[in-house]
Amino acid sequence: MMCQECKQRAASVHITKVVNNKKEQLHLCEECAVRYQPQWAFGLEPFSIHKFLAGLLDYEPGVEDRKELGARRPGQCEACGMTYHQFQQVGKMGCDECYRFFAPMLQPLLRKVHGGVDHLGKVPQRTGGKIRHKQELARLRVELQQHIAREEYEQAAKVRDRIRELERELHED
Amino acid sequence: MRGRDMEGKGFSKWMEGSGPHSDIVISSRIRLARNLADLPFPHMSEEAQQQAVDAVNKALLESPREPLLSQLRLVRLGELGTVDRQILVEKHLISPQHAQSGGHKAVLLNQDETLSIMVNEEDHLRIQCLLPALQLHEAWRLTNELDNALEQHLSYAFSETMGYLTTCPTNVGTGLRASVMVHLPALVMTKQAGRVLSALSQVGLAVRGLYGEGTEAIGNIFQISNQITLGQTEEEIIHNLSAVAKQIIDQERGAREILLRDSRLQLEDRVYRAYGILSNARIISSQEALALMSETRLGIDLKLIKGLDARIFNELLLTIQPAYLQKAAGAQLEAGNRDVKRAALIRHSLGEQRSQG
Repeated sequence: MMCQECKQRAASVHITKVVNNKKEQLHLCEECAVRYQPQWAFGLEPFSIHKFLAGLLDYEPGVEDRKELGARRPGQCEACGMTYHQFQQVGKMGCDECYRFFAPMLQPLLRKVHGGVDHLGKVPQRTGGKIRHKQELARLRVELQQHIAREEYEQAAKVRDRIRELERELHED
Repeated sequence: MRGRDMEGKGFSKWMEGSGPHSDIVISSRIRLARNLADLPFPHMSEEAQQQAVDAVNKALLESPREPLLSQLRLVRLGELGTVDRQILVEKHLISPQHAQSGGHKAVLLNQDETLSIMVNEEDHLRIQCLLPALQLHEAWRLTNELDNALEQHLSYAFSETMGYLTTCPTNVGTGLRASVMVHLPALVMTKQAGRVLSALSQVGLAVRGLYGEGTEAIGNIFQISNQITLGQTEEEIIHNLSAVAKQIIDQERGAREILLRDSRLQLEDRVYRAYGILSNARIISSQEALALMSETRLGIDLKLIKGLDARIFNELLLTIQPAYLQKAAGAQLEAGNRDVKRAALIRHSLGEQRSQG
């Protein structure tokens, strides 16, 4: 088949356009197809991270997940009214509470996007006191094990005392 | 106190072009996504947007003596014209999406425009620090301080397990996006840029063009940023990006040395041709200007072209942009007219430099 455009080279790119139920076929050689390209792109939306994300969200829960989710798979955030279906469409959460309502479905997504699901970073200073203590405790416990493994008992004792202190503070809160 | 139309006049600190590795790294940026607790995210309702602006405004009014907050002034984007909004985009202080009209959008800026906060972009708050050269750690220190100061007045949406809650789950956790803008002409010329940059995606980093998401790398300028925001501490994310940036700097320096050693004459020819066109053209598009500026700057960095300060190109990166040109001209300019003004501006700044040097 010859290229419809230049009528010189063999057609190697075949395009089917459907506009208003009318089907139109184009057969072009590679060179003419490159020139034709801007026209294909016309009308296509630019790539957006939200669309991409929505694609990832389309995932069907596996057997394991389904068992876990059971019947309590929530369809709507009670705080802002965002439905899970809407979220799948736009890839955006409606409010902070959505994270709680949609948590079971979010976990696999977060794992796909970030590789992990647990926040290890900063905690708000004013409102996050307790969480900060907990994070600090977790860090100190690891440190304690390391000191013990290296037989650094003096440091280990210091870390142990700090852990006790923090635990006491947490209880008092 | 500067007036509302200062957006067209003042320069941003990042354009100074001085600091560590400033021959390759143009700027460093830290951005934190934050949302207010118990308030729907901005895309949900205009009422929520209004409340977010009010809350931030109140925080500023409550802290007239707080060192960082008291420096900020709030600009409601609805009160700015299209050109002024576009200038903020060209200065990298707000995103192209944030410049679109509609809604209650605002931006807070400090005097030298190193700190800015977009209110009601995708999230209620996008706190950012933009510094010249490779200064990610310093940018993080400043952003972190500003974040702490704001948090004294605002309650953030935060979850113990998932961290800072953001409109898009791709930002959840630290809400941190760290990025560096790098100029890599030698890697592009030696056709190594693709190889070097594609490896970055394997370590969780993304590469973009000059104006962020979905833009092309024109003028051999690339933006490299972290993708992962959850499961790593802020320090880890910044340290990783810094380390990778340093490797890329080494690769670019290596490529520059090879070019000098193996094809000095061809390189000299190329950078002088670029310089020749820039100093003489009467009509020039921004795309062409950026490409030639990149090559001229390489010539200066490698001391092939003497008597010119490379930092002039950091300024030109902004001043040749469409909105900035129109602001300087004090009138709306058609694309064709802009190309004429742009050519004149470049000739003028190169000439001025020459006569000083």
